[in-house]
Amino acid sequence: MKRSRLPAFITLGVILFLFAPLVVLVVNSFNASRFGGEWEGFTWNWYVKLWAAGEVWESLWITLKIALSASLAAMVFGTLAAYALHRFRSWLQNVHHMLITLPLVMPDILMGMSLLALFVLTGVETGLLTIWIAHVSFCLSFVTMVVLGRLQDFDFTLLDAARDLGASQATAVKMVLLPLLLPGVLAGGLLAFTLSIDDYVITFFVSGPGTTTLPLRVASMMKTSRSLPMINALSTLLIASTFLFAALSSRLQRHV
Amino acid sequence: MDDFLVIDHVSKIFGAQRAVDDVSLTVAQGEAFSLLGPSGCGKTTLLRMIAGFERPDSGRILVGGQDITALPPELRPVNTVFQNYALFPHLSVWDNIAFGLRMSRRPREEIRSGVDRMLELVRLSEHARKRPAQLSGGQRQRVAIARALVNRPQVLLLDEPLAALDLKLRQHMLMELNAIHEKVGTTFIYVTHDQGEAMSLSDRIAVMNAGKVEQVDSPEHLYETPNTSFVASFIGDANFFTGVALEVLHEGYVRVLVEGLGSPLVLSNGAVTVNEVLRLMVRPEKIILTLARPLSGESVNAFRGVVEDMAYFGSHTRYRIRAGEHRILAQMQRSRFSGGEINPARGAEVWMSFHPDEGRVVRLEGEV
Repeated sequence: MKRSRLPAFITLGVILFLFAPLVVLVVNSFNASRFGGEWEGFTWNWYVKLWAAGEVWESLWITLKIALSASLAAMVFGTLAAYALHRFRSWLQNVHHMLITLPLVMPDILMGMSLLALFVLTGVETGLLTIWIAHVSFCLSFVTMVVLGRLQDFDFTLLDAARDLGASQATAVKMVLLPLLLPGVLAGGLLAFTLSIDDYVITFFVSGPGTTTLPLRVASMMKTSRSLPMINALSTLLIASTFLFAALSSRLQRHV
Repeated sequence: MDDFLVIDHVSKIFGAQRAVDDVSLTVAQGEAFSLLGPSGCGKTTLLRMIAGFERPDSGRILVGGQDITALPPELRPVNTVFQNYALFPHLSVWDNIAFGLRMSRRPREEIRSGVDRMLELVRLSEHARKRPAQLSGGQRQRVAIARALVNRPQVLLLDEPLAALDLKLRQHMLMELNAIHEKVGTTFIYVTHDQGEAMSLSDRIAVMNAGKVEQVDSPEHLYETPNTSFVASFIGDANFFTGVALEVLHEGYVRVLVEGLGSPLVLSNGAVTVNEVLRLMVRPEKIILTLARPLSGESVNAFRGVVEDMAYFGSHTRYRIRAGEHRILAQMQRSRFSGGEINPARGAEVWMSFHPDEGRVVRLEGEV
């Protein structure tokens, strides 16, 4: 029987659909034309300009600081929340579960507005701290969900076994539960990190003067045509580092 | 040291259910002891109370004279082989076995020699660096035993140790467990619902039902002289009859009138009064089938029946025989040299007989 070629064509079409915009972006970052409509020759110019744009690098630094600290906090609180949700049963747990899932389904714009309203009401000045609080609150839900999935596969007689062999409750958790949950916690943390890095909507509401994160910076650069090609260059660098990061993490996973 | 492990009037209540109901047991040092019963009989709860995972609602548990009732599991001189083995998946076989010694902060050298000695005992030395997931079921089982025994527990608890293995491996592990027990001499407590396992593993067995201990005895005694109909039916197969005591003879024999069977003479294990309603038990293989009425006369319990059904098992044949209202299970060895015995066909009329010593009066407790 002759195999149909249709699946191959569909696959090719999907890949084209997904990656064509990226290719255009990368190519344009080397295009001497400012508007990218047609090819006017190769140039490194936009990368040189980007290198000199200090405010972009400052924004990147702020973004990384927030993403790192927020995902770390989300890993700690999310793991604790998942453990509590899994281990204890009471009517309050239904409320707890709802609170955890709410940020996953709530529109970002609503979350950003309500957080801003809260900060205004309590007189907290918007800035690094408020962005961090907002990011922790939505990252936490994702970490909790990932760790909860991992906990559902965890065999709790392992903790009995550890105690039977002389470990106290705390030691059993440290020696058996945590090492086995760690891949889930790290996966949740990674998810939180990427969500935090490219969040625009919520951050837009709760950021203050001097705390322009990278997505906010890019959005403001879009307004001036002068810096459009610089965004292309920045995006190309981000794509390259993302691929590098993914390759590295899959390499690491193979070693575990 | 006849009462090394003492379970003293222990009860445990879950909600409205008495999971373990005023159980008292003593186990000698070095003994292989089984808690046997159907699921939900309380044997696992009792085991978890000895291990320290459950706290009894009343009663005490002592090991070697020390009251351990209030101790947490990590402080008890007791280790457990869990039903699903509960090996730590993130640790190698070696580290699994070393876990207990590390918890008690033994010197490095002692940990190394202890683990290596255990690996040798369970013949897994060449698998020391593997993860549990890379082992077969039988090997995991042996790691679990080594991990528990390396701590030199005074009592080793084994929760359904063979349940997760397939039939052939089970036979093999049975021998292995007996060999390990012989080598280390530790007190072994098995929990199992499989009477065959319990019989071949233990010196003594406690048969449990509905939170209570029905009988504690050696496997032979449980099989030959069960006290209750529950024990008789849980361990092996049994024919039961209800009858009225006609006369009580001096050596502990009692003649019982069973409707449809005449009046067989059987052994009793307790005080019986005339006219009392009794329950009799006879094992299928104790019933002898003959074509003619057996000769021994008065002392033999003989009655007639018609073969209703039969099943051939190679080493023996089982017959279902109808005698009046009764359906009687009989079992015969296949041997060409057994004189007098027969191979009756379906529909054949036969005589059944059994020696008075093979029949027994039992107390009526829910049969299975």
